[in-house]
Amino acid sequence: MRGRPELYTSYAQDMAFLNTRPKRVSTGALLVVALLLPFMITDDLLQLLATGYVAAIGAIGLNIVTGYAGQVSLGHAFFLAIGAYTGAALSGDPDGRVIGFGVTSLPVWVLASGLVAALAGVIVAPLAVRLRGLYLAIVTLGLVFLGDHVFREWTELTGGPGVGRPAAVPELLGVRLDKDGAFLTGAQKLYLVMFVLLVIFGVLARNLVRSRVGRAFAAVRDRDLAASVIGVDLTKYKVLAFAISSFYAGVAGALLFVPNGFFDPGSFSLLLSVQYIAMVLIGGAGTISGAIMGALFITLLPRITRELPAVLPFISGDATGTFTVFQLEAVLYGVLLIVFLIVEPRGLFGIWVRVRNYWRTWPFSY
Amino acid sequence: MAVVNPVLEVDAIRLAFDGVVAVDGVSFTVEPGELFAIIGPNGAGKTSIFNVLSGVYRPQQGSVRFHDQDLIGMRPHRIAALGMARTFQNIELFSHLTVVDNLMLGRHNHMRYGALSAFAWIGRARREELANRSAVEDVIDFLELEQWRRFPVGLLPYGVQKRVELGRALAMEPRLLLLDEPVAGMNVEETEDMARFVLDIREELGVAMVMVEHDMGLVMDLADRVMVMDFGKPIRTGTPREVQEDPDVIRAYLGEQHRTAGGVA
Ligand SMILES: Nc1ncnc2c1ncn2[C@@H]1O[C@H](COP(=O)(O)OP(=O)(O)O)[C@@H](O)[C@H]1O
Ligand SMILES: [Mg+2]
Repeated sequence: MRGRPELYTSYAQDMAFLNTRPKRVSTGALLVVALLLPFMITDDLLQLLATGYVAAIGAIGLNIVTGYAGQVSLGHAFFLAIGAYTGAALSGDPDGRVIGFGVTSLPVWVLASGLVAALAGVIVAPLAVRLRGLYLAIVTLGLVFLGDHVFREWTELTGGPGVGRPAAVPELLGVRLDKDGAFLTGAQKLYLVMFVLLVIFGVLARNLVRSRVGRAFAAVRDRDLAASVIGVDLTKYKVLAFAISSFYAGVAGALLFVPNGFFDPGSFSLLLSVQYIAMVLIGGAGTISGAIMGALFITLLPRITRELPAVLPFISGDATGTFTVFQLEAVLYGVLLIVFLIVEPRGLFGIWVRVRNYWRTWPFSY
Repeated sequence: MAVVNPVLEVDAIRLAFDGVVAVDGVSFTVEPGELFAIIGPNGAGKTSIFNVLSGVYRPQQGSVRFHDQDLIGMRPHRIAALGMARTFQNIELFSHLTVVDNLMLGRHNHMRYGALSAFAWIGRARREELANRSAVEDVIDFLELEQWRRFPVGLLPYGVQKRVELGRALAMEPRLLLLDEPVAGMNVEETEDMARFVLDIREELGVAMVMVEHDMGLVMDLADRVMVMDFGKPIRTGTPREVQEDPDVIRAYLGEQHRTAGGVA
């Protein structure tokens, strides 16, 4: 069926993960580029991209509960924090200044962080069952304040504000992933590991959202009355969406500060939740690839604005000027959110769909 | 005639919303394979009866038995799992999802795999998805929806959306189908199509149905029995012919039709 790439000849083919040839080709090309990057760009850019990949895992999680299941959560920073402290404490130095248990194997603490955060999600979820819309957003916001307070006070775990603690220790089969080795630098290794993890968690999420469970999420989001009369248990699926979303947040939280090596309890403020909301909205709510694009975009944004003072002299590069890069960044978030909400509610993903459709009908596109 | 238990037994239900009595003392039974119609002017309480049956509202009095199960207090998704399906007077489709996904949602309870198999999408999840997709394809054939399969339903013409909603209910393979004004707002051609589908459902699938409808012609042509309602109360239940000749019915319902339709009944 080479001449008609979109002619499906069986349900199995129609429902396959990458169901058309163009999708397979473009995905393959992206994979190759991503795997070659560590040998082409500098370590500090690699570190930034690695952080972006981890943020993408977290954004996919928020997208599952907010984009797919329609439950607006401002509490993502709280679940990221739970993952971050679970991972850091589990893998931390037992003789160190802060709590540590010395379990440095990456798969072990990544999974554990996800599970602990998921458990927290299940405990919080009954709120989601009773509340909706703005009420839910405000209550989940409360979680962030609660967490912020606890993490600032609990210095044995977090090191306290302004001091912080080392991030999780990444070790795989006896190899330290954050230290330079014989063949690869620490940044290269971390980049590759984070990329592989993003691919794994991205594929799992894509499978989930096109399954019976993902359809039930969409049904709960779009019309809960209709969802219940066709047999969808609203309570069960709201709790499930929260649990899965929190699991992703936990995994992302545990990995997020590994490229940096250090983190502070002040990192988990409302701003972090808002950044993730921005990733989902700018990337396009309700798509996995959109969440990834949004996360990369938001992660790379500060890097781009930091280059600006060189080009635009009225912007100050440090915190002293009248108009600083930090202010610019905050303004940019706001402006971008508003622009995307008005012009392209489907976000970067929507723009990508337009570009794709343009080329699909080329040369007859206009 | 062999004694067969009715599919549905509604006994003396009463439903009030602080002050407004929507349904008052309504009783009826639906036999296997029967097409039971409910008619009555706007606000008579027809949709409220459906909401009681499907568990959306809980009546203050009375009982509902469905295949010998007591439905009062049962949550909607449990009632759906017992085999009750419905369509809505104002279409309640998932408008961002495609026709196929809407119908697949109708098969939610025919699949059993959970989130963990969903993540992996191998083995059980894949098998169940494929089997149910093929069942959905049967519904698409049955309702002649082939050309719309991949469209988000929100973009489809009104008449087609009504058909998709019927399809979603049929995909559930229900034992009882509740249709709330299936041809309201449709043109003549769409109405004829819908009538044909309702007949096909009865003949080929043998599903018992309760139909709320304003279109008197349709009700009189299709229904085995009709219940006429006014102000929440049943006035008369009988065959279409019996009901049409009842003086109370003519006063309450047909009279209203005469008034609102400008004398054309
Ligand atoms: N959720 C509700 N809250 C208050 N009153 C309602 C509600 N649903 C229905 N009613 C009232 O119940 C009566 C019957 O409504 P309904 O069952 O929709 O009538 P029908 O479907 O026969 O047109 C109407 O007076 C309506 O205003
Ligand atoms: Mg009604």
